[in-house]
Amino acid sequence: MVQPPRRMLAVASGGGHWIELLRLRPAFSGWDVAYVSTFANYATTVPGARYYIVPDASRFNKIAFFKVLAKALPIALKERPSAIVTTGSAPMLAFLVLGRLLGARTLWIDSIAQPKGISLSGRVAKRLATTVVSQWPEVARAERLPCWGAVL
Amino acid sequence: MLGRGAVIFASVGSMLPFERMVRWVDQWAGANPEAPVFIQIGETAYEPRHARFARILPLTEFRERLRACDLFVAHAGMGSILQALEERKQMLVLPRHRDRGEHTTDHQIDSAERFAQRPGLRVVDTIEDLHREMTGLLANPLVIDAAIADRASPELLAGVRSFLDGPRPSPAGA
Repeated sequence: MVQPPRRMLAVASGGGHWIELLRLRPAFSGWDVAYVSTFANYATTVPGARYYIVPDASRFNKIAFFKVLAKALPIALKERPSAIVTTGSAPMLAFLVLGRLLGARTLWIDSIAQPKGISLSGRVAKRLATTVVSQWPEVARAERLPCWGAVL
Repeated sequence: MLGRGAVIFASVGSMLPFERMVRWVDQWAGANPEAPVFIQIGETAYEPRHARFARILPLTEFRERLRACDLFVAHAGMGSILQALEERKQMLVLPRHRDRGEHTTDHQIDSAERFAQRPGLRVVDTIEDLHREMTGLLANPLVIDAAIADRASPELLAGVRSFLDGPRPSPAGA
């Protein structure tokens, strides 16, 4: 019997994080991918895929986190992904928490915008994600993280 | 003398105001009425008086304006830098400064430094340099051989793929 493709979530905040995520798409082939970001109009950049939005937060704090979590929970329950991949930022930490609860593998790729040190949210991700990688070899060495290369 | 029809597209990104950049680009637009300037100003309080502007464009329209412009001026956000490299568009970068309240850290100064050597990209930090380069790059565009690929490096794609092919972990607490 042919197995249906496994489901995954690819999630990123709006702006550069989303552009970074789009550049990872060739790695998702063979998976049934649903995307999550923070702007409704981004749906047009992933035609044919399921697309959801969660609130953004330029000043991230506990209240903002729970607002994101409240929107992220039904998405995760509906999608039941086996894996979650994110390029940040802080609001997407909610999906790492949900990934743990639902038994999904989670990958945090720290943004290429952080050439001199891991992001604050990346530091939190180290305690939550299955795997955290940096895109800069020097940062990866200092943080004892793997570096698998960069989005360009 | 600027060629007629030379178009400038400028963007502060999709988050956080960047007053200094919007004012400076708008001043140039005021002094150069023959060159159409369009700015995505995000949450910036100051509204341009000379340039046309939008708060935030849908990403596909952003992309069309980027593709159509002769010079892209932007903050040192990676979304802006990556898209300009993808579109093989010459770019003038003004990094945000933490001590001016333009961002929470100085990582844009670090990013600008790391990408300053790329063909097609020039970094500025003062109004004089910005205005001089805006005029100069329209008259004498930077030479860019090729666009970057539309995807991450083969190494990163292979890493993500092998992560995805890995085993399903046991649920938390197990």
